[in-house]
Amino acid sequence: MADLEEFRGEIRAWLEANCPPEMRTRPRSEDDACWGGRKWTFSSDAQRQWLEVMAERGWTVPDWPKDYGGGGLSPAESKILREELRAIGARQPLYSFGISMLGPALLKYGTEEQKCRFLPEIARGEIRWCQGYSEPGAGSDLAGLQTKCEDRGDHWLVNGQKVWTSYADQADWIFCLVRTSTESKQGGISFLLFDMDSPGVSTKPILLISGYSPFCETFFDDVKVPKDQVVGEVNRGWDVAKYLLQHEREMISGMGLGGGGSALLGKQLGQIEDPFLRAEVAAFDIDALAFTAMSEHFMDQLKAGEAHPAMPSMMKYSGTELNKRRHELVMAAGGSDTLEWESERTRGGKPAREWLRTKANSIEGGTSEIQLGIVAKHILRLPGA
Amino acid sequence: MTLLTDDQRQLQDMARTFLAEEGTIKKQLRHWRGTGCKDGFGHGLWKQFAELGLTGVVIPEDQGGLGLGATEAALVLKEIGRNLTPSPFLTTAVAAAKALEGTAQGERWFPGILAGETVAALAIDEGKHHAPEAVALEARRQGNGFVLNGAKQFVVHGASADLILVAARTAGGVGEREGLTLFAVERGAHSLEVENVNLADSSKAARLAFNDVAVDADAVVGEVDDGWTPLSRALAAGRAGSAAELVGVAAGASDMTVDYLKARRQFGRLIGEFQVLQHRAAHLHSEVEIARAAAWKAAELLDRDAPQAELMVHVAKAKATRSAQLAVQEGVQMHGGIGMTDEHDIGLYMKREAVLGQLWGDWRYHARQVAELSGY
Repeated sequence: MADLEEFRGEIRAWLEANCPPEMRTRPRSEDDACWGGRKWTFSSDAQRQWLEVMAERGWTVPDWPKDYGGGGLSPAESKILREELRAIGARQPLYSFGISMLGPALLKYGTEEQKCRFLPEIARGEIRWCQGYSEPGAGSDLAGLQTKCEDRGDHWLVNGQKVWTSYADQADWIFCLVRTSTESKQGGISFLLFDMDSPGVSTKPILLISGYSPFCETFFDDVKVPKDQVVGEVNRGWDVAKYLLQHEREMISGMGLGGGGSALLGKQLGQIEDPFLRAEVAAFDIDALAFTAMSEHFMDQLKAGEAHPAMPSMMKYSGTELNKRRHELVMAAGGSDTLEWESERTRGGKPAREWLRTKANSIEGGTSEIQLGIVAKHILRLPGA
Repeated sequence: MTLLTDDQRQLQDMARTFLAEEGTIKKQLRHWRGTGCKDGFGHGLWKQFAELGLTGVVIPEDQGGLGLGATEAALVLKEIGRNLTPSPFLTTAVAAAKALEGTAQGERWFPGILAGETVAALAIDEGKHHAPEAVALEARRQGNGFVLNGAKQFVVHGASADLILVAARTAGGVGEREGLTLFAVERGAHSLEVENVNLADSSKAARLAFNDVAVDADAVVGEVDDGWTPLSRALAAGRAGSAAELVGVAAGASDMTVDYLKARRQFGRLIGEFQVLQHRAAHLHSEVEIARAAAWKAAELLDRDAPQAELMVHVAKAKATRSAQLAVQEGVQMHGGIGMTDEHDIGLYMKREAVLGQLWGDWRYHARQVAELSGY
């Protein structure tokens, strides 16, 4: 314990010296957050510096092994780092699907060569990854995917289409589920990595009800992929996919309340005249603070290896439903002001656009209904679920 | 909620085994309900709590207790909730013990509590809704002591109590925290009328009428006019504790219901195969888990004496109540007709939730406190 307290002291001093003041605030928007990658333009020197100093210490991924660009910290040490970062309000130096989704899957299923090749680039924020899972005909029933991947001897040949690919137009590489066999539904899927600059890859942003385009359609037209870029065994990609989805759900459930933000909605809204709305907001704040306690507990369980494998589904379900509720209340509190779609007053319709954006929370990464089904089957062990 | 320590896990296992064996619905709740006992709980079991050291869970070590905190109390209360065990543990060993902490009255009453011989009750509310500041019961100075006049209700275990902690007004107006004084009134005090009331869940609460009840000056718990200090200690511990008990009630009802979904057949299959019930059960499970985390976090903050503890206790009581309400309502509904019968245990959970939900503030009361504490 004494060692840990010493460690806390060191971290505190280091953060004080190295975390730029501008980075001690939450990102104002998804664009204000640092996503890294070949195409990234830093929005400020502070943003660049914060990523560089944290990556240098391996603290973009504190609990990954040092050999792969991580910090090599024990669960207790990473917890202290998280606490100290939270204490000064420091933002994440890097937002990354590579960290939250692909990395854990590579650590578990990747070959040594794949780990050494891909993980350090992820840790340093040099390569931005996107996820090729859903297809027009395979949403909730993901295993029905049809993107064809043929063995052409010295390479794979990929043809097909993905949809809801987050930030595909800004990503450098994709981790992608493809069909390598039609003999079995789940048993014919492989997990493939390739460069988005490969000939035959194209993307088209999808305009959402929010007016934003965070997702793309992604097309593969005779894309050649080197043979050593399959993760796990050929036709066993579904195992990798499911494992990765758990991590995706953890991430989304964390985002549910703005990533561990325990700021009370009522405080944010200020005095609420309408007693009915005030009551609704207080009821929301109770659920939100209780959920924050659950998230903290879940993180502790996760780090101690005690979390039930289906817990991310529960967290994702509860967190996203709460986030939708939060934005309904923000809209109600703002009244007709919040309906302005393009005005300066609303910074380009921010409240309404964010409200609409949250409606995707309970769809992306597996719908609420899919999550409830997983909880019913794997935690409650209900029959035939 | 951080993870439990090894000691806490041991205590949890001990409480779980003890109450699953001795505190069952059949052995305790149904038994005492059937005998029409005035206490509604068994003194034999209370003695067993004492033999295990549990009645002294929050009493300081140098006064013979275990010197543990809200977290350990919560571990015991969760098992009490799960088994619907009637017992004065929450009022006596948790709430009253915290009120008495560090006071001369503590020296007087702790030995009896530790021995499982003393039952204590809190007399706070005077109306049908919890309002700890709205105390009108008057304590007037007379000679070397005070004379109490007024009425109290929803005094849980009031008729069984050897000690009743009474919130009285010595100064200020109704609705103010200042000017309250907490008195230790002993069983059988002259001119104290006690009406033992049987509640919906077969637990007992009393209505008390004080008609010139005289007490000595040393009956004051803490300081005159500063009753809010011991009272708020008791309320924080009691509310956090009732949240934990509600989590136990919710978990017990929820588990019973999930088991039923796996056993009951209709339309040629188990009803747990129907997706409409699966999703409701999964939602319920999530809500119970979240309530548990909230209750444990509140206890942990109380134990650390953290500034956010007050807010989180309100959150925990409200969330635990809401989740338990969901659990008992879904529980009865999913059990169908059998759930409406007295023979089946699921309805007992519904009745217990109703009482615990009201005790020391219903969820709306706590929601209001969350809004006020947060300045909106």
